[in-house]
Amino acid sequence: MSTPPLLEIWNLTASYGRAQVLFGLTFGLHAGEVLALVGRNGAGKTTTLKAIMGLVPATAQKATFKGHSLGRLPTYRIARMGLGYVPEDRRIFTDLTVEENLEAGRKAASGGRSPWTPERLFKLFPNLAEMRGRRGNQMSGGEQQMLAIARTLMGNPDAILLDEPSEGIAPVIVQMMAEAIRAMKAEGVAVLLSEQNWAFAAGISDRAIVIERGEMRFHGTMAELMADEPLRAETLGV
Amino acid sequence: MDLSFLAIQALNGLSSASSLFITACGLTLVFGVTRIVNFAHGSLYMIGAYTAATLVPRLLELHFGPVTFWAGILASAIIVGLIGVLIEVLLLRRIYGAPELFQLLATFGVVLVVQDLAILVFGPEDILGPRAPGLRAPVEILGRRFPSYELVLIAAGPIVLGLVWLLLRKTRFGVLVRAATQDREMIAALGVNQALLFTGTLFLGAFLAGLGGALQIPRVSAHAGMDLSIIAEAFVVTVVGGMGSVPGAFLAALIIGQLQAFGILIFPKSTLVVVFLLMAVVLAIRPYGFFGRPEAVGGTHAVGIASSKRSPYAGLIALAVIGTGLSLPLIGDAYMLKVATEILIFALFAFSLQLLIGVSGVVSFGHAAFFGLGAYGAALSLKWFALPMEAALPAGLLLAAAGALLIGGFVVRLSGIYLAMMTLAAAQIIYAVAFQWVDVTGGDNGIVGVWPSAWASGQVPFYLFTLALVTIAVLLLMRIINAPFGYALRAARDSEARAEAIGLTIRRHRWLAFTISGAAAGLAGGLYAFSRGSVDPSLLGIPTSVDALTMLLIGGIQTVTGPLVGAGFLHVLRDQIMPLTSLWRLLLGLIIIAIVLVFPRGLVGTVRGWGEERS
Repeated sequence: MSTPPLLEIWNLTASYGRAQVLFGLTFGLHAGEVLALVGRNGAGKTTTLKAIMGLVPATAQKATFKGHSLGRLPTYRIARMGLGYVPEDRRIFTDLTVEENLEAGRKAASGGRSPWTPERLFKLFPNLAEMRGRRGNQMSGGEQQMLAIARTLMGNPDAILLDEPSEGIAPVIVQMMAEAIRAMKAEGVAVLLSEQNWAFAAGISDRAIVIERGEMRFHGTMAELMADEPLRAETLGV
Repeated sequence: MDLSFLAIQALNGLSSASSLFITACGLTLVFGVTRIVNFAHGSLYMIGAYTAATLVPRLLELHFGPVTFWAGILASAIIVGLIGVLIEVLLLRRIYGAPELFQLLATFGVVLVVQDLAILVFGPEDILGPRAPGLRAPVEILGRRFPSYELVLIAAGPIVLGLVWLLLRKTRFGVLVRAATQDREMIAALGVNQALLFTGTLFLGAFLAGLGGALQIPRVSAHAGMDLSIIAEAFVVTVVGGMGSVPGAFLAALIIGQLQAFGILIFPKSTLVVVFLLMAVVLAIRPYGFFGRPEAVGGTHAVGIASSKRSPYAGLIALAVIGTGLSLPLIGDAYMLKVATEILIFALFAFSLQLLIGVSGVVSFGHAAFFGLGAYGAALSLKWFALPMEAALPAGLLLAAAGALLIGGFVVRLSGIYLAMMTLAAAQIIYAVAFQWVDVTGGDNGIVGVWPSAWASGQVPFYLFTLALVTIAVLLLMRIINAPFGYALRAARDSEARAEAIGLTIRRHRWLAFTISGAAAGLAGGLYAFSRGSVDPSLLGIPTSVDALTMLLIGGIQTVTGPLVGAGFLHVLRDQIMPLTSLWRLLLGLIIIAIVLVFPRGLVGTVRGWGEERS
């Protein structure tokens, strides 16, 4: 790929107090691709996403998004540059209705793309359309996950950091998640997907990074990772 | 007592409920978003009243008709809103992540600063505002006359409730405010600038406080002291309603308004007690008020004493301190001994609080209750039962311990900010009893002639007597802190869930700690009564509680010796500077704020920090 990546990370490290959890990750995320971040529980996947969003203290030799440095920008400035984030525990505003949750995520679209609207998102997630006025605390885990993604899409991001979208939800909804990720990709949105569900990640990702104890063990195309059975067995157990 | 009289009382209740709601609504909104209980909210209310009482008469002189009155009220509220923005930008923004104790203290620092500034700007005199044009004549209701302005106030509460509801439900700002109430970090991850949102919320909250104050000017004159009386009531309203809940605040204000209106008929002197009793009862049944929810624990509450290696010089330092204390009568004059006696007493008071805050993580904001109970217990047994000092002091201690046992029973069921508010309310109840039960307590004048027994009278014997008692009490408390009981308390402070999981009965431990702490504060209070020869309700007031907290803060919350150093520092500072300036409160407020912002570990903690860095 000749064009520079949308998101470029060089030598990312992060620590919780004195315990270092990330040891120099370097990767890029290109427009319109799905990059899977796979690894065992506790490998540092969630921390990687949080570090990019400025939600945990981290350092990087270089971190740019659309050519602009992320530096030590506050989280909201990073989000406004067009980087969306869907946290692992979804963090729906449970006191707010579906429509209000979407409103909380609304930001103007950055470039010529047609902006996401609640109506378009309801087409992508038909379940949500039937519960517009329902409060977040009366929704199932899968419905909350859809809402979390829809809420972030309302910000019209160019790239989304998606943390474990398949965790703890019914298989039929996992299928819908896969559809949704493909739809985002078709819109040109880049997705950095942190995932433990190997089959799910393998089915929708173009490239993959394997991390183990905060270090990168593999960085390449999904096809290459599929072919490297010993590595998968060692690092992922699949 | 006929029907029309009851109707008028009910209307009176409604109008005070309206006023209270408008102010408390701002407090609860600000808490909901920022998670800061803003002590300075009452100060904003006071500024609103002063501003309106000054501004509105000038506007009325322009003769533009009645509309100028309301324009003046609105302008005053906007000015107060802008002051709220200033407070957010200069102070609150820096302490959103701080432990709640620091937040409460820092905003109380603002209260002190505003008290002096208000006198500087508006003068020491009370200012009576003009009556509203067109609403001067009373209306007749069921054959009784009722001020028509009160009817406007009655309508104002629901109008404000409606407008705030619309703002929260129907605007983007409202959606974001409600979202931020729940999860600030997520709001930022969605690209919302929290700082602006918080500043906007502070404007709204301060605007409502200012409006509440400005609307009072035809009824009561603007005066110094409005701040603490309204803040106590507004706290009750927000806590009873559920912190962060606007409808809850409305409901609570309605109940409290009626309770005050009719309570005054049954217990003419007990309005304050009734209000705080309501809060105690509601919190006992519903620990988070009507519509409140458990706080998501942010992990920022727990600050306190950690285990550390005993300094090899600890014994030497203790000996040196006691030696200096013993030799002071040889070198000091009577005045110095008096100061030293008071420092010792306050050191014990602050140290007893350390057991709660530093060791148990129980942030008590009403520790003056037990100091005052000890003082009153001693004074009352001397006055009514003619007991000598040797019996009166233990009587005071017992009264304080009994009070702490009773209050602690309620308090240990709560946590975080609700706990702080409950202790504050408990102290205010006792304050109200001391203030209003004139026949027994002497009311505002208190009790005089509380002198020590003959052998202990005179500056030197009383000083030595105090030194002995305080030393024994502090050593006992230190022993408790370093015993398994103290470890259990600290474990519960740092992680309630884990402490419970290993089988500690947290509530019982905390209850016992609360009682011990109350008893120690009571001993300090009794000694204070005998050192001054008198007691009065101010010993039970919020400022006394804050004094103890300030000493703790100055010395350092994470240290054992902090309270002792803090007591000495604050006392000497006050002694030296108060005679020089009329702006003592301003100075003290700034000191408190500066410590929270710059030296949150306090004097002892900072010095120790240097030592740790070097090693």
